[in-house]
Amino acid sequence: MEDDAPVIYGLEFQARALSAQTAETDAIRFLVGTQSLKFDNQIHIIDFDDENNIINKNVLLHQAGEIWHIGASPADKAVLTTCYNKTCDSRVVSCAAVWRMPSDWETGSHESPDDTAHNPQTLELLCHLNDSAHGNAACVLWEPMGDGKRVISLADNHALLWDLQESSTQAVVSNTATLEGKGQLKFTSGKWSPHHNCSQLATANDTAIRGWDLRTMSQIYCIENAHGQLVRDLDFNPNRQYYLASCGDDCKVKFWDVRNIQEPVKSLEEHSHWVWSVRYNHSHDQLVLTASSDSRLILSNMVSISSEPFGHLVDDEELSEGEDNHQDDKGKEPLKDSVVSTYEEHEDSVYAAEWSSADPWLFASLSYDGRLVINRVPRALKYRILL
Amino acid sequence: KDDACCPPLLFSSQRRRVHGMLKLYYGLNEEGKAAEESESLDPCDINGPHFDPELYLNKLRRECSLAELMDQETCMVKQIRSLDSDMQTLVYENYNKFISATDTIRKMKNDFKKMEDEMDCLSANMAAITEFSASISGTLQDQHTQITKLSGVHTLLRKLQFLFELPARLNKCLELQAYAQAVSSHRRARCVLQQYSHLPSFKGIQDDCHAIMDKLAQELRQKFRDGGSSAKDLSECVELLLQLDEPAEELCDKFLSHARSRLESDLQGLEAEIRPYPSAAKDASARRSPSLADNSPKFNTLPSPTSNTDILEFIDRGCNEFVSSLCLVITSYQELFINHAQTGELVSKNIPQMANCKLHAFVDNLAARYFSLVERRIQEEKSVGDNSLLVRALDRFHRRLQAVAKLLPGSAVPNKGTEIVIRAATERVKQYLSALQSFYMDSLTDVRQALATPRLSVAGASVAGGGAHLGGPGPGRDAPNSLPELLSSLSASILNQIKSVLASVHLFTAKDITFSNKPYFKGEFCSQGVRESLVVSFIKFVCQSSRHFCESAGDKGGSTPPALLLLLSRLCLDYETSTISYILTLTDEQFLDQHHSPVTPVTTLCAEAKEAAQKLLNHYVKVQGLIISQMLRKSVETRDWVNTIEPRNVRAVMKRVVEDTTSIDVQVGLLYEEGVRKAHSSDSSKRTFSVYSSSRQQARYAASYTPSAPMDTNLLSNIHKLFSERIDIFSSVEFNKVSVMTGIIKISLKTFLECVRLRTFGRYGLQQIQVDCHYLQMYLWRFVSDENLVHFLLDEIVGSSAHRCLDPAPMEQSVIEVICERG
Repeated sequence: MEDDAPVIYGLEFQARALSAQTAETDAIRFLVGTQSLKFDNQIHIIDFDDENNIINKNVLLHQAGEIWHIGASPADKAVLTTCYNKTCDSRVVSCAAVWRMPSDWETGSHESPDDTAHNPQTLELLCHLNDSAHGNAACVLWEPMGDGKRVISLADNHALLWDLQESSTQAVVSNTATLEGKGQLKFTSGKWSPHHNCSQLATANDTAIRGWDLRTMSQIYCIENAHGQLVRDLDFNPNRQYYLASCGDDCKVKFWDVRNIQEPVKSLEEHSHWVWSVRYNHSHDQLVLTASSDSRLILSNMVSISSEPFGHLVDDEELSEGEDNHQDDKGKEPLKDSVVSTYEEHEDSVYAAEWSSADPWLFASLSYDGRLVINRVPRALKYRILL
Repeated sequence: KDDACCPPLLFSSQRRRVHGMLKLYYGLNEEGKAAEESESLDPCDINGPHFDPELYLNKLRRECSLAELMDQETCMVKQIRSLDSDMQTLVYENYNKFISATDTIRKMKNDFKKMEDEMDCLSANMAAITEFSASISGTLQDQHTQITKLSGVHTLLRKLQFLFELPARLNKCLELQAYAQAVSSHRRARCVLQQYSHLPSFKGIQDDCHAIMDKLAQELRQKFRDGGSSAKDLSECVELLLQLDEPAEELCDKFLSHARSRLESDLQGLEAEIRPYPSAAKDASARRSPSLADNSPKFNTLPSPTSNTDILEFIDRGCNEFVSSLCLVITSYQELFINHAQTGELVSKNIPQMANCKLHAFVDNLAARYFSLVERRIQEEKSVGDNSLLVRALDRFHRRLQAVAKLLPGSAVPNKGTEIVIRAATERVKQYLSALQSFYMDSLTDVRQALATPRLSVAGASVAGGGAHLGGPGPGRDAPNSLPELLSSLSASILNQIKSVLASVHLFTAKDITFSNKPYFKGEFCSQGVRESLVVSFIKFVCQSSRHFCESAGDKGGSTPPALLLLLSRLCLDYETSTISYILTLTDEQFLDQHHSPVTPVTTLCAEAKEAAQKLLNHYVKVQGLIISQMLRKSVETRDWVNTIEPRNVRAVMKRVVEDTTSIDVQVGLLYEEGVRKAHSSDSSKRTFSVYSSSRQQARYAASYTPSAPMDTNLLSNIHKLFSERIDIFSSVEFNKVSVMTGIIKISLKTFLECVRLRTFGRYGLQQIQVDCHYLQMYLWRFVSDENLVHFLLDEIVGSSAHRCLDPAPMEQSVIEVICERG
């Protein structure tokens, strides 16, 4: 029971950007980017020791500016991208860049954990993802499960596909797509689909969700008015290729089947303010994490639209021999879509939530006041899903 | 002393003698028991049964003087004497009577002897008389038999004469068309002719008769077939034909087919009245549709769709023509084939049963066609205006069928008729429900228009600069005032509509309507029909359509005017508190004497209405909050906050926000009560705000300046948050103004906060936010239940923008106040 308690870590600065270290599959590690206009911004590398329930942190300086978005390379643990704001000539510009962590950050932190705050190491810039023709970067997406050579950046109304060359020190725009329409359109968020050989991208602008084919860089679907107000975030179901989750300012989380975009498959309205982030669990897609500016994090169990609507599919075949197990099956069947848990450890708006890439039962959430909370899926549910 | 003693003795003895007999009879002394007892117990009472002479003597001797004794003695002697003489008289009288009795008996003996002799003489005479009469009759016997024979011959001859004359007579009858006479004559002769048909002469007569009768039958049949004759003639025909041994079955069929042809013409007449409907209706609807559009949508103005006749006329015609002739046919048929046959020889042939079957089949067949026509006609009765006509028509329809029921006891016709009435009634209830629903939707459209019109003119007025051309106070002022009026008129008109519908439906159960005492109309119609599928369904519809407003408009929020949401929410709330129970009580009073079947309880409906009201109000808050949020968001997102100029004014959008909030406050205040707010001190806007801005906020800014302690920035706000309750932004509101306003302001300010956090500010950007927040603070605190909420949120906004500021140099509080007061 003890280790079911949340672990809280406080940052000195306000923060919005959170990412799991995607390429790391052994250690539970999260990256947090801070937002401060007055001080050097930092990237906190949060290591969570599952056995001892202890957090280890390492700080890297990110002097370019305040971080709005952070993305970890799926191939190289040390490589990451950030979107940051910098001010020059009393103008605020959003930029994106690829960075490499110094090779010895880990060893250094272990030797003198107390010094880190005073003597942090600095990130090594690999290349900028800036194209003067295409405005402010909102986020950078790595190719899922790729070799860390391709990224997409969303800048104003453009989606830019970059090829990273020469160990990521050089970035070349290989393809672009432009959102056209009346008024000033602007991508707010996007997600690179892990399905279809990573050839699809979903983006959000205002109240619409659009799908893009990366081979032709053309729009393949558009869900107009997907949400009553701004769409804040998207996520693809890791196991069901046509399923997509979205969240927005109408306090709702909606699940879409992109083959039929007239109506959402499911709609949740559990939050009492804007929902900023929605994340499918990487392995058990019935577990959905949502973060909202009502300072809450909600873990939902969406069994009915998951890839395992009746529990673990493999189980059925295995269990057909044993008699006792039929009872278990019956016990599992009435599992319904429900809110598993509401986490109220945050005091401020929660802008980001992420599942760990190493432990599928563990997730982190970050609120604006710089509080990072690491939580686990309740054991009862975990065993129910597993057994 | 002697006188005093003697008279009682005498007196009592006389009395004893006189009443001796009576005493024997009644076994009672007249003086009563007490007297007897005293008498009996006293041994000195000379008249008592217990008289003891010794005692008496001793007593006398002891008590009386000598003189008295003497007197007593003389008195006693006198009495004894008189008693003796009485006895003598009695004995004498008895003797005399005995003597006279003996004489009488002797005399009787003599008389009886004489009488015996006379009796002997009488019996001898009688024997002589008998002998004489026997001899007379013996002599007259021969003549008597002769006379009898002669008279027999005479009658036979007369019959023969009748037979010989029969053909001529029949011919004559035929000429005179006196068929009845002919048939009865022939009937009389028929048997005889049959019997003696072996004799050639009779054979001839019989043949003649047959020929004539065949002709007659032919003629009758012809007449029957023509059918032009009256029913009476017809029945006469049938009767005669029956007597002529025509097969009854054939006659039945013929009779019925005649009747059918006549009834069918009636039916065709009826059908003709329905038939022109489609084309006529097309014309009518084509003619009506434009007029409908500009008519007010109250449905009682709709004319009946059938142009020719109204339903009452139709049913009347049906009753008078079809049903009455049907009754006539039934009566005459029964007269002819059933009642008549029952007495005659036809019974043996099972004719009544056969005839009855035929009749039933016939009636059922025709009635089914009639019913289908009636139903078609009833279905055309779509207009729900005047129900009484329909009810009267149905009543008449039903009443007339009762006649058939009486005539034809086993028939299914009346039941089917009742079914039609029931169907018509349920159909009507459905129509009323849909009429109510469309009335409700129409009134909502009216309300919508009423809400939209002043709104437009407000906009127009503000554009036209005060709307001077509109004159008077202007519709802009009227608009909010009319909101409660709209509500009351809406709810009143709905209530009136319900009442009038209930009154209309109530006609079905009126006492003077024949079908109202059917069990269906007593029970199911009231409970399931009226209460459930009319009233309850309507209330549910109101709730559902209200909820629908929240859902359909949920995403965009633009389609339903917020004022309508507010109005509907109040309507639903009113329904919850009073109207529903009122309507149901009304219904129950009118329709439900006893609950047969389970009905939806009031509480369920109330809960539903309350839920709808809550949902509407929440939605209202959301929509209004969104409108203000949108303004705030645009204002934050579109501005370059880094390079803004030093604030001189409160931004126009803030004034707009306050204006809008105020007008929303007025709007909500028209329909909802004030509600409770947390007590605040006098002049709270000034005092608390100064505390908020000067002490705490300054401290926070100060903290953010000092580079040595970056943690402090969060610390203070975190400490603050620790002690303040978590705020649910889109939470459910209560049914009062303050709660609604709090909800709207919460949503707006939270949006403001989130938008500020996404921007970066320059020095003047921050100062502008300060000014704006102070302005909001000045005006918004009064609307909410807990002003600390506004303080907290505004505090967060200023704090967040300070954080997001490149050069955080806050403005002097005094300057802010000056700017805000300048407006």
